[in-house]
Amino acid sequence: MARKITIEPVTRVEGHGKVTIHLDDEGRVSQARFHVVEFRGFERFVQRRPYWEIPVLVQRLCGICPVSHHLAGAKAMDIIAGVPPEKLTSTAEKIRRLMHYGQMLQSHALHFFHLASPDLLFGFDADPAVRNIIGVAKFHRELAVHGIILRKFGQEIIKATAGKRIHGTGAIPGGVNKSLTQEERDYFLKSPAPYNIDTIIDWAQEAIEIFKKLHQENKEVLDTFAAFPSNHLSLVRKDGALDFYHGVLRAVDAEGRKILNDVDYQDYLKYVGEEVRPWSYMKFPYLKKLGKGKGWYRVGPIARLNTCDYIPSPRAQQEFEIYKAYTGGKPNNMTLHSHWARLIELLHAAEVIKDLLNDKDISGGKLVKKGKKQLEGVGLIEAPRGTLFHHYRINKDDQVVMANLIVSTTNNNEAYNQAVRWVADKYISEKPEVTEGMLNRVEVAIRAYDPCLSCATHALGQMPLQVDLYDDRGQLLDRKRK
Amino acid sequence: MPEKLKFSIDGREGLADQGMTIYEAARVIGVYIPVLCHYEGLKPVGSCRICSILVNGRWLASCTQPLSEGMVIENNTPQVIEYRRAIIEMLLAEGNHFCPACEKSGNCELQALAYRYGIMVPRFPYQFPQRQIEAYPGFLLDHNRCVQCQRCVRAIQTEDGQKIFAMKNRSKDVRVNVDRKLAAKLSPDQIQKAMDICPVGAILKKEVGFLRPIGQRKYDRQPIGSEIEGKK
Repeated sequence: MARKITIEPVTRVEGHGKVTIHLDDEGRVSQARFHVVEFRGFERFVQRRPYWEIPVLVQRLCGICPVSHHLAGAKAMDIIAGVPPEKLTSTAEKIRRLMHYGQMLQSHALHFFHLASPDLLFGFDADPAVRNIIGVAKFHRELAVHGIILRKFGQEIIKATAGKRIHGTGAIPGGVNKSLTQEERDYFLKSPAPYNIDTIIDWAQEAIEIFKKLHQENKEVLDTFAAFPSNHLSLVRKDGALDFYHGVLRAVDAEGRKILNDVDYQDYLKYVGEEVRPWSYMKFPYLKKLGKGKGWYRVGPIARLNTCDYIPSPRAQQEFEIYKAYTGGKPNNMTLHSHWARLIELLHAAEVIKDLLNDKDISGGKLVKKGKKQLEGVGLIEAPRGTLFHHYRINKDDQVVMANLIVSTTNNNEAYNQAVRWVADKYISEKPEVTEGMLNRVEVAIRAYDPCLSCATHALGQMPLQVDLYDDRGQLLDRKRK
Repeated sequence: MPEKLKFSIDGREGLADQGMTIYEAARVIGVYIPVLCHYEGLKPVGSCRICSILVNGRWLASCTQPLSEGMVIENNTPQVIEYRRAIIEMLLAEGNHFCPACEKSGNCELQALAYRYGIMVPRFPYQFPQRQIEAYPGFLLDHNRCVQCQRCVRAIQTEDGQKIFAMKNRSKDVRVNVDRKLAAKLSPDQIQKAMDICPVGAILKKEVGFLRPIGQRKYDRQPIGSEIEGKK
């Protein structure tokens, strides 16, 4: 008998989502989908607001990485204020960069230690009562402490640059509203361990070693679980280096061939389209060059390390070389390697933070510039979860009249669906009963991308889990909740 | 007639000049009475009622009520505090006051009063009115946030003394109205003055929002009223 399985909502991710899996008469998967079922509509209600309010308003999309929206909004507003990225003062650019790398640090630490590590440390089938952050704290105390302090350090960097750990006001059109005092810099550079940047760098390195050890022990699972070829997209610095704050758009295919060759993101609409499907509030972006069917792509840590040529910090570059060597220099399409990539980025973020804290420009006095006003601007940034697009138009009265946001999680929409399909085919197809371990595998595949569903539909919520089993006439056969 | 008038507020006795309002007399002895519509140097109108006090069981607006000899004033009593809380909650529920994205946050008197009086959620249902944001040369007027205090009406004039802001309509439909032609004559300094004098974020000077970082805003360091209470 044909059946439909629903996982709703998916847990240990940010936001509300559900999974449906349709099985045919023989119990084989006929369709597997990842739906985002919440809606807020920021693009609509920012309309008529003054443009300088946007960086502070749109960051309320999210409480996990609000800095991404804050800075993407600010970068778009720089264009509108007539101050393109190269015209920002050195202090403003570096303060924003420090804020952003602080956020990468805290968000990546949150994801690996708090959300993902329980699956990797205890196994996908472990008791859910243990397979969580409390279990990590109980059985891997040092790891949990590292995770908490790494995240705290990133949050403190954000506070120093934006005024608050969450939802600050640091970036304004054309610059920033504060720089760092020597005292603030010394706090991060010279505080007793563990609250100094050298300890943070060491701990970030240790986290990579933890992953590498887990990889040695579980090579087959980590290499093959939900792995599939795809295109990859991210910003890269003009010289091809990894850059989270600014750059040009680059896309490569599963073999590393360039699809987008370092193009200006102000023209993103020439290159990226968004498809709407009736069963999800989250759109499906695609590269126009390849069309709707083949143009889907991945973003985030795995994509960034596939598109960039090198990492401009020594320890992260060393790790990058090991990571790249594993795939012979080719793009890495192994979904669970996104944890590895994320931790290399965590190390890079910590190294950049140290460099910036030692840069005297960070205490400069020239904070804001003004230019010739424009009526339209696009701001792109590499958020922790991937490329984030903010696009606005204003009227002559300085009020926003159009906003288009393509958030990182949205960019990965097809990848979630591919991952869900992979797990469904492998673990659920032709199985008579749905077990908790099977459901968790679906979530593990989604979780690897660290989705933020509240951002994706610009929504907010908690994530309980429910799985419904339907026959092909829509009759409910079985229901499990957790 | 004595030169000074004797009075007491919540049992605290003081002397103040004749002709002073209760609000002014309270300041003399370091007692804070909150105001929203009143502003130093402007003629008081007593419209917001947040400065209400009790004298002999009667509610009076302290910003307009002259002090009398021997007045016994209730200011910081549970009954008066509850009355003021209700007014603040009504104001918050009546308009669209979304502090998280408002550039006046940290400098907003309504927000500061809400903090001072410990207001978490208004007891009244939010009205979520549909109101316009009007654009003028050099500034925006966001009616969502306006509390109709009339400070701008009284304070902002052209160099030849013409008023730019006025009130229109009655009752719940009352709104600030702007003379567009005269508004075009406002200098950047006058627009800044209008924004500064507005107790909320209704008047927004263009292109300059969020210049003051968190931690350096007016009410980040000390709560509203403490500048008066600190002079005790």
